[in-house]
Amino acid sequence: MDKDVLIRMANSIGDFFEAMPDRDRAIADIADHIRKFWVPDMRREILDDLEAGHAKGLSEIVRVALTQYRSKLYPALTAHEARS
Amino acid sequence: MRAAIDAGIQIPRLCATDSLEPFGSCRLCLVEIEGRKGYPSSCTTPAAAGMKVRTQTPKLQELRKGVMELYISDHPLDCLTCAANGNCELQTMAGVTGLRAVRYGVGSQFGGAHHLNSVKDESNPYFTYDPSKCIVCSRCVRACEETQGTFALTISGRGFASRVSAGMGELFLDSECVSCGACVQACPTATLQEKSLIELGQPEHSVMTTCAYCGVGCGFKAEMKGNQVVRMVPWKDGKANEGHSCVKGRFAWGYTTHKDRIKQPMVRAKITDPWREVGWDEAIAYAASEFRRIQKKYGRTSIGGITSSRCTNEETYLVQKLVRAAFGNNNTDTCARVCHSPTGYGLGQTYGTSAGTQTFKSVEKADVVLVIGANPTDAHPVFASRLKKRLRKGGKLIVADPRTIALVKSPHIHAEQHLKLLPGTNVALLTALAHVIVAEGLQNQAFIDERCDAQSFSEWVQFVSRPENSPEAMADVCGVPAATIRAAARLYATGKSDGTAADVAQHRPNGAIYYGLGVTEHAQGSTAVMGIANLAMLTGNIGREGVGVNPLRGQNNVQGSCDMGSFPHEFPGYRHVSDSTVRGQFEAAWGVTLDPEPGLRLSNMFDAAVAGSFKGLYCNGEDIVQSDPDTQHVAAALIAMECIVVQDIFLNETAKYAHVFLPGSTFLEKDGTFTNAERRISRVRRVMPPLAGFADWEITVKLANALDLPMHYAHPSEIMTEIAALVPTFHNVSFEKIDRLGSVQWPCNENTPEAGMSTMHVKGFTRGKGRFLITKYVPSDEKVTRKYPLILTTGRILSQYNVGAQTRRTQNLAWCDEDTLEIHPVDAEDRGIQDGNWVGIQSRAGRTVMRAVVTDRMQPGVVYTTFHFPESGANVVTTDSSDWATNCPEYKVTAVQVTPVSEPSAWQSEHLHFSQVQEALLEQGLAAGVTAK
Repeated sequence: MDKDVLIRMANSIGDFFEAMPDRDRAIADIADHIRKFWVPDMRREILDDLEAGHAKGLSEIVRVALTQYRSKLYPALTAHEARS
Repeated sequence: MRAAIDAGIQIPRLCATDSLEPFGSCRLCLVEIEGRKGYPSSCTTPAAAGMKVRTQTPKLQELRKGVMELYISDHPLDCLTCAANGNCELQTMAGVTGLRAVRYGVGSQFGGAHHLNSVKDESNPYFTYDPSKCIVCSRCVRACEETQGTFALTISGRGFASRVSAGMGELFLDSECVSCGACVQACPTATLQEKSLIELGQPEHSVMTTCAYCGVGCGFKAEMKGNQVVRMVPWKDGKANEGHSCVKGRFAWGYTTHKDRIKQPMVRAKITDPWREVGWDEAIAYAASEFRRIQKKYGRTSIGGITSSRCTNEETYLVQKLVRAAFGNNNTDTCARVCHSPTGYGLGQTYGTSAGTQTFKSVEKADVVLVIGANPTDAHPVFASRLKKRLRKGGKLIVADPRTIALVKSPHIHAEQHLKLLPGTNVALLTALAHVIVAEGLQNQAFIDERCDAQSFSEWVQFVSRPENSPEAMADVCGVPAATIRAAARLYATGKSDGTAADVAQHRPNGAIYYGLGVTEHAQGSTAVMGIANLAMLTGNIGREGVGVNPLRGQNNVQGSCDMGSFPHEFPGYRHVSDSTVRGQFEAAWGVTLDPEPGLRLSNMFDAAVAGSFKGLYCNGEDIVQSDPDTQHVAAALIAMECIVVQDIFLNETAKYAHVFLPGSTFLEKDGTFTNAERRISRVRRVMPPLAGFADWEITVKLANALDLPMHYAHPSEIMTEIAALVPTFHNVSFEKIDRLGSVQWPCNENTPEAGMSTMHVKGFTRGKGRFLITKYVPSDEKVTRKYPLILTTGRILSQYNVGAQTRRTQNLAWCDEDTLEIHPVDAEDRGIQDGNWVGIQSRAGRTVMRAVVTDRMQPGVVYTTFHFPESGANVVTTDSSDWATNCPEYKVTAVQVTPVSEPSAWQSEHLHFSQVQEALLEQGLAAGVTAK
């Protein structure tokens, strides 16, 4: 998918949670939101882009969230996928 | 009269009817009361203890007969050929009074004055006004005032010259009449009469069903002759509407039998091929084989399905089941994505459930009503009538809307505060309102302490108390004076625009908030919903009648389609797909393994299609090409797909890009349920057989079976039984119960009253403690610039509905046959635009052309249009900006420039050509089908 679309979506999520007073919780909530609502391919793409240095437009808090919670967000091959 | 009826005694009457206040004009309901002089009218005389009343005596009979004789002397004696024959109260009362002769003659018989030559007004497309049959009982005038609240009708003239008049002697169509039909329903004679009934005659049976237009969900009695609808009459016992209706529900049902209905399945390999009519088995087999082929080639997640909120609960449930269980992914979404998905998220986060908190009737107990981002008189007219009734009786109104909508000032209604804010600034306004309530000590601390999460409140109070959230700081952002924001906050919290903490210490008013797509369809739509939820908690306006948070749902089954698990991240009942316990329940029930990962949202599907990874779509009842933003992007996505299966009643804009067309059915052709904005589940009942042979749920069953997902439902009631077994808030819902009670409201289970919960969060929030959430204002990416100096906001009007597929195929075109661009006189003058000129509207997404309407309803800098007509291309202009939490499109904020033009836009020329080609391909297919037969 379009990289810019994903970055814009992620940043707007970050804009909301960044207003929370507890930064650690905000970072966790950003990751949780992306985990709950983004399909694995979208998560994989933005994480790969971030790792490859291609996600320069990401806001700082989103960058931290994606980095800190990478293992939780990066899609593993599920049993369902393995079967299909 | 009421006491007599309750005692089983009927008193003759003409001007009295149970839906209107007593009037006392017809003089037929005269009675004798022991100890009182004269013959008072029983409708206006209050019953009292010990009162002895005679309702039938020789004298009363003589008086009534005399009154009736006068009526009939000026009434045509054409009963046998009259449209009301068999259902005329005048005829019935003439019989009751025993009138046998008219001493004064009838009409010109003895040369007297009369009205029998009066000319009919047939201007309204749905009903006639025949003054010759009018008995001047004023029921129509009173219905227009009391029930509808429009005050379009009056009695003109005096004495014998008195006649019903629309406005200042105008034709009905030219007057302020909104054609709700309340006058027609109230008329005791054939003076105001449906044209369909005049043409077809009296119905011979009726079936109760539910309207398929807006989220009010009015109950209707479909009055029938065989399989033909004679008229739709609003159901008096329908709890959503209590006998009222609007022009769409009552009259705009002609689309159901329109010539454009597709009645045969069709397939084609490419969208440049002619359609080919085929049998159901071939169409279903082709669709299934294409979906499987695509999955084999591109992967399990390369296809998905979407439903419309015009579908029934049972249909949307089946489609999401098909996607999850047969496609094997969670790529299922619904058009609620593009309207109220932020409501689901925002209320879910704050209160723990994705639904409005009240009944519509609750507004009768509201002291102050805040309407924000909603235009109920146009989009939810029957609720608007209830609201206006409350306002006429003393309720106070705050309107927050960029336009001067009708509620701001209309007969006997005015908004005490109108916050004419700039589009895109709802969050700034809501936070500023909260700032005032906190700063001035107007909050309901006892409620907060008892019912809300203390830590979230503490954090939130610190946030809203900051100077940057004060009205003074936000005034320039919102475009609303700080004093007005302060007055509105005080009014909502205290009941007075200058109210203080001392006032609420004495008495705390019921404050109710009603909102619509003007809240949700923003980049901060979910945040605004949270802001509304915060305000209601802050003032303790939750958990009883007269208060609450009330999302006015756009379409008839927005609530239901969300309840039924139509979103890609959650199962029916709002439970995330990653919840292994819940997933296990569905896996056990459906006999398959389910995907624990969320699926693609609607906009993600388009992006993925353009990127090449999403190749097939089952589109059930939704016209995404016309209704979704950035039309050219949507079209590009559809062109990139290899198989689009459209199930619909017409060859809509989306179907022009389809490879398989499965002809669906209207709400009159199927059984099922709709859930309205009150969480009220009502029955949809089949009144005529499906024109194409099958109800929509049956078509989905066929497709599921062809995809090797066995479905063996014999009736939608069996689908509801499955839903009830799997969704805790629906455990005690059944067709049998709905049939018995009329409707039920979820939650409806072992912990609720039999008919479910009318008011939510009575003793505690669904999530436990109510959660305050910080709502920082973030300006939209759609900012005005020198290139795009105006903000376009979109909406709907009364006579047309959504993409117009239904209402454009009715005589509602008499009121509106094109989308127009509303622009403020200053902006128009700056650009040399005059009323009626063609203007180009350019955004970063695209360009279209419409006719301008210059009006000071707008504010300078803001323009407005609707999206009811495909050729208008309103969504060619709207962009991909969307809500941060849900991707609900930001229809309400698009930066544009408007210029005078003399020709259609390039997109419109291309659209015209493409549509002509597609219509020709349809004609070729239909002609070939006829030849083959």
